[in-house]
This record gives sequence, structure tokens and C-alpha cells, in this order.
Amino acid sequence: MPVQLREFMIEGARPAAWNGMADALRSRFGVAAAGSRTVRRVWLDTFDWRLHRTGSTLEYVSGPGTHELALVTPDGARVAATVPPMTWPRVASAVPAGLVRDLIAPIAGIRALLPVAASASSQRTLRVLDGEGKTVARLILDNASVRGAAAAIPARLTITPVRGYDAEAGRVERILATLPSVTAASRSAFDMALGAAGRRPGDYSSQVDVALTPSMPAGMALATILIRLLDIIEANADGTVRDIDTEFLHDLRIAVRRTRAALKLAGDALPGDLGPRYAPEFRWLGQLTTPLRDLDVHLLGFAEAAANLVTASPADLAPLHETLIRYRAAERRRLARGLRSARFTSLASQWRAALEESAAPSRRAMLGRGGRTQIPVGDLAAARIGRAHRRLTRTGRAITAASPEEDLHLVRKRGKELRYLLEFFAALHDPVTHRGAVRELKQLQDCLGEIQDGHVQREAIRSLAARMVAEGVTPAPALLAMGELAAQLDAAASEARDDFGKRFAQFTSDRNARRIASLTKAAAA
Amino acid sequence: MKIYATYNVKGGVGKTSAAVNLAYLASRDGHATLLWDLDPQAAATFLFRVRPRVKGGGRALVRGARPLDEAIKGTDFANLDLLPADFTYRRMDLLLDAAKKPTRQIARLLAPLAREYDTVFLDCPPSISLVSENVLHTADLLVVPLIPTTLCIRTLDQITGFVDSFDGPRPAILAFFSMVDSRKRLHRDIVERLPGERKDLATAVVPALSLVEQMAVRRAPLPVYAPRSKAALCYRELWREISTLPAAGGNHLSAPAGESVAAAAHSGR
Repeated sequence: MPVQLREFMIEGARPAAWNGMADALRSRFGVAAAGSRTVRRVWLDTFDWRLHRTGSTLEYVSGPGTHELALVTPDGARVAATVPPMTWPRVASAVPAGLVRDLIAPIAGIRALLPVAASASSQRTLRVLDGEGKTVARLILDNASVRGAAAAIPARLTITPVRGYDAEAGRVERILATLPSVTAASRSAFDMALGAAGRRPGDYSSQVDVALTPSMPAGMALATILIRLLDIIEANADGTVRDIDTEFLHDLRIAVRRTRAALKLAGDALPGDLGPRYAPEFRWLGQLTTPLRDLDVHLLGFAEAAANLVTASPADLAPLHETLIRYRAAERRRLARGLRSARFTSLASQWRAALEESAAPSRRAMLGRGGRTQIPVGDLAAARIGRAHRRLTRTGRAITAASPEEDLHLVRKRGKELRYLLEFFAALHDPVTHRGAVRELKQLQDCLGEIQDGHVQREAIRSLAARMVAEGVTPAPALLAMGELAAQLDAAASEARDDFGKRFAQFTSDRNARRIASLTKAAAA
Repeated sequence: MKIYATYNVKGGVGKTSAAVNLAYLASRDGHATLLWDLDPQAAATFLFRVRPRVKGGGRALVRGARPLDEAIKGTDFANLDLLPADFTYRRMDLLLDAAKKPTRQIARLLAPLAREYDTVFLDCPPSISLVSENVLHTADLLVVPLIPTTLCIRTLDQITGFVDSFDGPRPAILAFFSMVDSRKRLHRDIVERLPGERKDLATAVVPALSLVEQMAVRRAPLPVYAPRSKAALCYRELWREISTLPAAGGNHLSAPAGESVAAAAHSGR
């Protein structure tokens, strides 16, 4: 049952404040000290702050002999569960079953819960009693020191009502609110701990979201975008190496892809030969990440795919699952070696240094550099988005029922190029028009993705089957089940392909063409 | 959610003491626990210092005018809540009789709480009534305290026979000796002899000690104020036996008809 907490800050001399509170409450209630204890608290969230974005806070609280996982919901209710000692990070599905897990699992999804702040508190508890000597509320005074914080945070008083005694807790609150040393807490304990540790909620996002103005020199704008992408790559490298969850690699990989697209589509706006010099390195990085991500995609969709088998039994796929896990472990080690290598470290540091030089407006180095470095980014964005749109339209229109898979793959690549450009230069666009254009493009991309993913995964299943047979231990039912799986992937791709005409027509509609025209005009303005 | 009921047709055999202490021990083991005091005498409610009152009384609960969870009170102990008794529970039979499926009403009322609680204890009034019939249809396990007298086996057989007469799921039964006075030869003889003859008896034996009676004075579960006492150890042993019984069939957790839980546990079902 959720408990509605009421939180206050305590000012002044703490023992005096504590005694003052007890004295004030004695006018209506009995008061009994319930001891003191040291409590360690770890606040948890996913790397991309999914809980925080929904207004929820999750904390793991360890006291002497007790461990509790508590969720504070957006409306301030606290739902807690006693749990065994736990280490973090872990995914929500590895949290003990119960209401807390039921509430956090849909929010966290496949992302792991990580410590985002931690504190050690000395806690004193006061029980507030009714005429029967029954506890009707608890006052907890918490003096916390936050790990990694330079300064102490103010003491905090929490009134914890006992279930069924809300009216009494309300009376306690009203009595305490009259005391000068007690003020309503303006920030949650979590916000204060984060602030003290020098962190900001939501300080990670995989979005490009850089501030650009149309008149900014293109070289500087592009360097700003690429620095942001490098930030994302570096932010996700450690989680990828530690294999905390699959989305670290996913975000890292997307940032690498975006970097490669930026170099390909607008790299000529960077000074000197930065684009051609670094493109091969990012190709290497991209290729390094591909095998593990492909295996992750198989494994993430495995349960659903197995459940959809009609002829074969899901259990028949067990050898495939074991093989995927085994291959994944090997690929993970290979990727970890790559991300720990001197090649990756020096790529990141040298790339950052080069970009920071390009992004600095007052640098002499920027002056005198010709080409597209100095043209306004609005012009560059308009030209490149217009060109990408024309190329996508042209390749899409050439698709017929007889077109080979490669042609559709080319349309998908063109779509991605346009999408990346729209994302890079979003700050230059009218948000409503931008959202509309991205929405239409996304629907087309989803359709193209289903087609290509179906084909790629079908081929991957075939190649896995060949490898498993070569390894000599694959039972026939597993191969038959994999055959059915490949057929299902093919069928899904065909279904998506039937949809392509409609999606493409929608994308090339007059209305969307006007959106693109407006974006390219506005960007140039 | 596992539902345990402390039940005996006779009064004064230690049902409430068992319900309160076992519920407390369950909560201390980390189970989210609810104790429903169904006895209008409200002894369990008194022990937890809660007012014996439910807004709207038993009628509001049975008719659904007041959801069960709105009547629940937190106790002074983590993980342990109480659904208090109300004096109107003395007319509970009439209220249940007026409802559809009168023997399944308590199960129906408890069902929405399955998400919130791991363990529910029902502290039943003595006698065979519609309330007790509801409890027997709801519980996974009947915990039957027996004072070791000549008639106690007859009582246990009566309960077992009554449960066996049910169609469909039925609770498992585990009896334990309660209020055992080691100064009495009869008590000693029965406690020694009977476990060899029956398989529905717990190993744990709760002695008659003034420390147990002091629960009414201290108004707290015994393991709170005398955690290392012999009586507390006995309840702990009883809880260990109960909580480690295998979950299978029955209402939720039970042995097949005519077979004891201890036997089911022994056979590994």
C-alpha cells in the first residue's frame, strides 16, 4: 500500500529542534523515541533517466539487517518492499517480484537500474502514539552525507503515516508546521543528493539537441554536432564494456553511425582534411560494434519469435539460444578489447581536440580557411537536406514489385541520411514542421527497416544454422525450428514490402513536400 | 498470497496468540502480511492496540460498500497490517448468508489483496458457523491449536471430517499442541504419544507459560518483548514448519483429501 510522505527541512541546532518537535507533539500525542541507526541509501535510475522522466524516484535503503527497495511515485506516494541484499546495476526483471517491480519494470524496460547517487545517514526515529499507545505516525530525522559531495546537505524530517491513520499524521504535520525551525522541503532528498554530488537529473540523453543558429559558420556548427556525438560515444563506452545493458551499445552505435553520416554528408564543411582523415576510423568503430549488436537484436526478440512458432515448439530453439549466448560472450570480449584499445582512446582524444579547435569561434585557425567552413550553417543545412530528400525520392520512385532487396536497402540508406540531417539541424527548424517531416519519414523508415531487418535476420539465421551444423551438435528439431523462424522473418519482410508503396506515397505527398520545402527555406533564412 | 487460518471449534486454546505471533514472524521474514481479526471479541485487535472498529461494520465489507483495503490499519511493525475486528462481526453469519455463494465471500473479499500481501492470517472465532466455513474454503492451511486433552483428538477429527466433506479444493490441516502444561501427566503423555500416531501434528509444541499470557498486558507479539524466551522459540519453530510446507493443490496449498500436510511434505508433493 503506498504511503504518502510529508517532508520537511530542519534548520538550526539539531538536538534542540528534535526536542522542540517532541515537546510540541506532546500536547496531542504520546511520543516515544524509537532509536537511531545508520542507513545507506542508493538512488537508482536507468542511464537515460527513465524513472526521473516519469517523475518517479527509486531508492535502495540498507539499515542494520534490513534492505528495502522503495519507489516514490509522481504523486508522492511511497511503495516499499523488503528485499534481500542486492548489488547494482541490475535490470528490473532481476528485482524480487512484487508491487515495486511491477511498477518499475514497464518504465525501465530493458535498461538496467544504476546507482545515480548514494548517501550514508544517521537516522533518529520518533514514534507518535495515540491514547492506546499505538503508533500512528513516525518522524524520521535524517542527517545525510552524500557520496562525492563537498558540502553537507540540510537535515531532513519525514513524517511517515501509518496505514489507516492519515488524519493523525495530518494533525502531526499541522503541529510541526507551526515550529519556526521546521520548513516544508522544497526539493526531494534525491534532488538534493544529486545536486550535492554535482549531478543533474537527465544529464544524459542520446539526442543530438545542439544549439545552432542559421548564421553560425558551417564548420563551427558541424564541429559542435560532432562533439555532441562524441560525448554520447564516450558516455556509453564504459557501460558497453561492462555490458550493463544492451542499450549502451545501441546508443554508442547510433552515435557512431550519425558521426559517419555527418562526415559523409557534410564533412566538407570541416576544416582541412578532417572528414576524409577520420572517416576510416569511424568505419572501423562501426564495424567493431556490428556483430554484438546483431546478436543482441536476435536475443532481444528471441522470446517473442519463439512464442510465434506454429509448427515447431519454442523449446526446439534452445540450441539456437545457447549458441547465440555463446557467440555473444565471444563478441562482447572482442568489442571490449576494441573499446579499451589505444586505437579507440586516441581516436576519441584526437577527434575531440580537432573538433574543439574547429568549434572555437575565435580561433585563428578557422580564419582564412576557405571552402564551406565559413558559409552559414542555415545554407548548408538547406542544401544538404534538399539534396538528401531529392535522392531519397528518386531512389524510392525507382522501386517496383520486381526490384531486388538491394534497391530497397539503398532507399533505406537514403532515408537514414535524410533523417540524420534533419536531426543534426533540428535547432534551425520550425518545431511543428520539423516534427511533421520526421514523423512521415519515420513511418517510411519503419517500413523499410522491417523489410531489411527481416532479410538480414533471415540470412543471419541461415548462416547461424550453417555454423551450428559445422560445429556438429545441432539436433534436427532445432534446425527445423530455425527454418520456420527464417520463413516467418521472410513473411514479415514481404508483408512490410507490400506496405512500401503506401508509405512512400504518404512520404512524397504534396503536404510533406511542402514541409520539406519549408524546412529548407527556413534553414537558409 | 498464502492464506493461513488459526482455527478450532473450541475457544481459549491459543488461536489468537498463534495468529498474532505467527503473523509477526511472517512479517519479520519479509513477507507482506495481513492479519484479519474475524473474532468479534477483538483480542488480536486489542493486542495490536488498534480500535476494534470498521467503518460501516461487517455489513459494509461483505456488501462491498467499503473495500477491505480501506479498513486496513498498519501495526507498529514493518510489513504487518491488521484488518480489525468489529463488534458487528457477531452477526457476520447473517450477512454472509444474505450474499450469493455465502461460503465463498471471505475468499472473494481477499482476492484483490493478492497483489499487496504475500501472507494472510485469519484469526477465526471458535465454533462451526458460516464464518468458519468461509475460512475453511479460503485458507490454504488450517493451523489448529490443540490443548493436549483426551477430547482434543476428537475435535481435530471433527475438523478434518468437516473439511473432507467439502467438494473441490480444501485446505490442508496442521495441528499443534498449545498451552502444554508439563506439570500435568496427561499433557505429557499425549504430547509424547500422539505424534507417533498422526501425521497432521507439528513438531513444535507451545507451552503454557505466563510469558504468553503477558501478550495481553504488553499488547505486543511475544517475540517482540521476549525474543529469546522458550515460548518465542516454539512459535518460531512452528512458523518454520508452516512456512516450509510445500505449496501444492488445495485452495492454494494443501494435501489431498484425507492426507496430512506433513505427509504431503514428506512425499515431496
